[in-house]
Amino acid sequence: MYAELSLVVMVASLLVGGWCLVSAARERWLGAGQVVALAALELVLLAQAVAATVRMVGGERPDQFGTFIGYLATSVAVLPLATLLSFMERTRWGSVIAGVAAIVVAVLTLRLRQVWVPA
Amino acid sequence: MSTEVEPRTAVNAGPGRVLIGLYGLFALSAGVRAGFQIASRFDQAPAAYLLSAVAAAIYLVAMLGLIRGGRGGQRLALVCCAFELAGVLVVGTASLVAADVFPDETVWSFYGRGYGFVPLVLPVLGLIWLTHVRPTAHS
Repeated sequence: MYAELSLVVMVASLLVGGWCLVSAARERWLGAGQVVALAALELVLLAQAVAATVRMVGGERPDQFGTFIGYLATSVAVLPLATLLSFMERTRWGSVIAGVAAIVVAVLTLRLRQVWVPA
Repeated sequence: MSTEVEPRTAVNAGPGRVLIGLYGLFALSAGVRAGFQIASRFDQAPAAYLLSAVAAAIYLVAMLGLIRGGRGGQRLALVCCAFELAGVLVVGTASLVAADVFPDETVWSFYGRGYGFVPLVLPVLGLIWLTHVRPTAHS
């Protein structure tokens, strides 16, 4: 885990999540900008997962290895699945799905930071 | 079946789809966690780990009921939500009163504190949705 990168991920996912929830409050489904933001966020999450994997392959081990792997896998899976669900629900509730998913990503990243416990 | 029009405001649309996502997430996380704990150190706290597995199963069945929709799916999900609320209240209270029974935390310990109290809120949201939605009667 890279502390700076994960901090960026957390802030970005909270911003994207908040943006989606604004649409939900205005009774709208996601716009193109939000879909692009979700895709960009997913790319950063993939980068984070690859970076963490490289460090683990390099011999570093998080304190709770199994838990860390679980959170890491979930962190890259949540947004694609939620976006798929959101596209099936093109109402304000689709925006809620995307918004909640992005906030879940922020929480997962926080847990990843805690579980890693840098040596 | 094939000639019938799918009801728009069904159990599995609108807020129902938000619930499907949340239940899916919790089924996955509780399930993976329980599986991992049971496989790696079952003898340490068998009751807690089995309880986690039960919780994961309930989340999964609730999600399937929500996805299926219709009267049957609604009833199934309703039973799951009620069981879940009872579970989180009983286990939450038990973990406070008799901490030694649950040495390792489960999804429902301390009313779901380890999961931001979502396990306590989720069945309430589920019950609200499932008791308010009226699936368009067809068949």
